[in-house]
Amino acid sequence: MIVSYPAGHLSDVPARPSADLLELALVNMDRLALQRIYSASGLTPLFFCEQFITPALAGIGEKWDRGELSLSHVYMSGRLCEDFMEQSFRGAPSNRVSEERVALAVLEDYHLLGKRLVGFVLRGGGVDYLDYGTVTAAELVQRVQEDSVRVLLISALMLPSALKVREVRDKLDQAGVPCRIIVGGAPFRLDPSLCDEVGADFCCATASQVLPALIQASGGEP
Amino acid sequence: MTSMERVLTALSHREPDRVPLFLLLTLHGARELGLSIEEYFSSSENVVRGQLAMLRRYGHDCIYAFFHASLEVEAWGGSTIFRDDGPPNAGAPPLKADAIASLAPPRLSAAPGLVRVLEAQRGLRHAVGDSVPIIGVVMSPFSLPVMQLGFDAYLDLMFDRPDLMQRLMEVNAAFCAEWGNAQLAAGAHAICYFDPLASPKMIDPSLYRSFGWPAARRALNAIKGPTATHLASGPCLGVVEDLAGSGTAMVGVGGEEDLAAVKKRCCGRLTVFGNLNGIAMRSWDEAAAIAEVKGAIDAAAQGGGFILSDQHGEIPWQVPERTLEQVAQAAREYGRYPLQGVRG
Repeated sequence: MIVSYPAGHLSDVPARPSADLLELALVNMDRLALQRIYSASGLTPLFFCEQFITPALAGIGEKWDRGELSLSHVYMSGRLCEDFMEQSFRGAPSNRVSEERVALAVLEDYHLLGKRLVGFVLRGGGVDYLDYGTVTAAELVQRVQEDSVRVLLISALMLPSALKVREVRDKLDQAGVPCRIIVGGAPFRLDPSLCDEVGADFCCATASQVLPALIQASGGEP
Repeated sequence: MTSMERVLTALSHREPDRVPLFLLLTLHGARELGLSIEEYFSSSENVVRGQLAMLRRYGHDCIYAFFHASLEVEAWGGSTIFRDDGPPNAGAPPLKADAIASLAPPRLSAAPGLVRVLEAQRGLRHAVGDSVPIIGVVMSPFSLPVMQLGFDAYLDLMFDRPDLMQRLMEVNAAFCAEWGNAQLAAGAHAICYFDPLASPKMIDPSLYRSFGWPAARRALNAIKGPTATHLASGPCLGVVEDLAGSGTAMVGVGGEEDLAAVKKRCCGRLTVFGNLNGIAMRSWDEAAAIAEVKGAIDAAAQGGGFILSDQHGEIPWQVPERTLEQVAQAAREYGRYPLQGVRG
């Protein structure tokens, strides 16, 4: 476990608030430091999310991907940010990372932690999204059509759930629905070829990769 | 050598006649018998017939007397959701944090699913005696709460209510030991202790050391037989020393981990088993099966202390029988000791 941040120490907060220091505060579960960094930043909620929370959660996700932090760090960091935004701004400020309608779902799987982690990142990034919870492939396709969703995020822990993405892809294509699919979760990490196999457009190794993937899915640069 | 002799020799960190192979198969037994997964697990006789059929088909070195993880949660008041193409899922978590203060372990005899497992283990032991190791399974006290409470509620408990967390570990450790010992009494030769949350990929090692490791030590020391700790695809290098001190004899290695590095760290202390990628195995052709088997043997089999197996502790339903036969054949062919030109 590496929990070292060359950018500074939490005592630096008043002088040099930074996303690196916020990352350190989140990993240490230091609510007070989080509040102090926000106050010292002098930023509006929207810019604080953009310039601090999103890069801090991305940094924690990258460290998890490299085996330097644990999923428990990722979860608690996301929870702290969610609590903080709720208390400080009464929820996340809206920031149109994607101009298109976004939905998040789990396919026939009852392991929901991955979806919650993605939700933390989306809220931290100010992305509005529809949360479909656990649904079947047929239900998902129907809801995507009804809600005119154009970017669909699917989190999977179990292999059979990951394989079900193929059914969603095929049904959306048959119906002529122009919806891009972003997938993530353990099966896709363990077998990267699975992403193409199921017809996903983008695959995220960590929850925090969902924001650049969303920008790409919306036609922008990551 | 019988499978039992082969495995015991490897566990003694010596070289048997060939590298032992554990195909940790559960769901494929249903396909052997032409049954749905739900139907298959509804009867202990089915599992006995399925496991014996797979032993004959693949000629590997264990019987895996494990049904599915959600059976343990059923004993705590939970439910199982079956699907026709994969392992049964645990249904809604049966526990809330406020129930932990007065929680007591459930009686095994009151859990029909666990009773079916014990019946199967009796039948399997009757069929194979001591020629093939029969492996039972327990969920660790530290990992079971993912299904008891739900993963996010469990993480909240770990951070917000360490007092209740400690209490849950005590109750779960008592249940875990009783369940493991019941399986040993019924016919299992060894117990696989599934502890995916022990992996640093999942939980901060400092939290594991505060809660998970003491519970593991308590449970493993109370189980009256050999145990193997499996992190179910999770990397183990960051906690190898902890695992070695927990009382376990073996460690399962995840697919993202350097098998040779794990073997080197464990050498002479823990037997290593792993780490064929079960997810990728779905699409292996014969050349890939041979290459993967050779690669694992090359990395870790020298000197014994190694059992070839998958990374997760359960081979996915989507892996074809033909591929499993190719893996078994490659293990027999390339796993003969003395090994030729290996590094591990």
